[in-house]
Amino acid sequence: MTVLERYEPLVDDVAAFHEACERSLPAAVRVNTIKTTVDRAKTALEDAGIAFEGSPLPGLFRLPDDQPGANWPYVHGWLHGQEEVSALPATVLGPQPGERVWDACAAPGSKTTQLGALMEDTGLLVGTDNNMGRVSALRSNAERLGVTSLALTVEDSRNHSLKPFDGELYDRALVDAPCSCEGTVRKNPDVLAEWSYDQVAGTAGVQKGILGRAVQATREGGTVVYSTCTFAPEENEAVLDFVLEAESCRLVPFEIPLDATPGITEWAADELDEPMVFDPSVEHAKRIYPHHNDTGGFFCAKLEVTG
Amino acid sequence: MSDDVSTRFDRLPETAAERTVEERATRAEVLEWFEERFGIEPAVFESYTFWERGAGKIWIYHGELDSPVDIEGLGMTALRTRQEHWKPTLEAVQRFGHHANRNRIHLTEERAKRFMAGDDQEIEFEGDWGYLIVTHDLAGEPEPIGVGLYTYGELRSMVPKGRRREL
Repeated sequence: MTVLERYEPLVDDVAAFHEACERSLPAAVRVNTIKTTVDRAKTALEDAGIAFEGSPLPGLFRLPDDQPGANWPYVHGWLHGQEEVSALPATVLGPQPGERVWDACAAPGSKTTQLGALMEDTGLLVGTDNNMGRVSALRSNAERLGVTSLALTVEDSRNHSLKPFDGELYDRALVDAPCSCEGTVRKNPDVLAEWSYDQVAGTAGVQKGILGRAVQATREGGTVVYSTCTFAPEENEAVLDFVLEAESCRLVPFEIPLDATPGITEWAADELDEPMVFDPSVEHAKRIYPHHNDTGGFFCAKLEVTG
Repeated sequence: MSDDVSTRFDRLPETAAERTVEERATRAEVLEWFEERFGIEPAVFESYTFWERGAGKIWIYHGELDSPVDIEGLGMTALRTRQEHWKPTLEAVQRFGHHANRNRIHLTEERAKRFMAGDDQEIEFEGDWGYLIVTHDLAGEPEPIGVGLYTYGELRSMVPKGRRREL
């Protein structure tokens, strides 16, 4: 069985799913509202002769003919290459200007800088990653995009320390977790060759630890968003199920401007001795498959901290 | 370089009277420098704090934290001090340079492309020698691109290698 065949029982149209996974992903850019407006970015793209199309996500454009990078609006930090599903979790988290927000898996910074823009570059935005090289890439992106409200830490997010930040809890946290990444197959077909079930199981342990710490570090009534780019329920619904049991939080419903299916409550796979059964509220989470919106694959859940 | 090793950020003292590290710039000096060199009013930086990491590199952060703080990044690098001529970063110039009203040089599209590629070019300029804010028209308005060094009728591109582009 191939990696993608593993997920056939979850999708409505198996042929369309495989066909979409084999197509390369169209380039997309997000307008960086810290440095410009959507209207000015449009004018700059038009002046540069770069074709663009609208997106269901506000402030994003699809570039049918070009890759972002070698044009004036990019050089000025007006644009950032970011595919549509990657722009979802920050909008679901919905940070407000002046809030305290933690991005627990921040590098290379597409979502971090988007959070900064949604916060109008005010408040406290903490970005954490455990890899120094990736944090350097994050710093470079944040500087190009003009984010000045960002503090960066290099540490294991499972043990994130609030000490440098007055020990106060966050209003919101984003856990865009490291994962098996099958959803990025349209950008990077190699992910399937690198896939192993051992890695799925190991990664799920890390994901549970990071999401648990994010819930602990967020105030009562605050919001935590969990997202991945894997289809594996072991890394999605199973992680939510674990944290619902271990921490004071609940899953809440939310709307997105893309077609999606609900999280699943049961999962049987060859690698499992018996089927997994999840808390019914995981249905509030959203699964996004490549053939539904011509995007990458994605998973996104929204939690409210209750204690 | 020392500032790539240290992860300790020290907030700049308000004035020389509060200075504990001899060569460290003060907030007052930084504000005065931005105003004298580029005409950027101190009010622009009212809600920002300035921090030194290592020796001489100043970071600008939009907020307040207890000093010192031991983390990997705090806002963005803004300028290099502890040298005769302080030098702003490309990123700070892109972010705050539109507030400048002197020592700005506006380039044509063709010259702006050469500047962004890292080329030096001969050009006439009426203002001071030294570091200039380089602008060009983008979406119908002047927009700061980066820092140039002007001497002897020549504008040298200070665009860091990693930011250069052939446009």
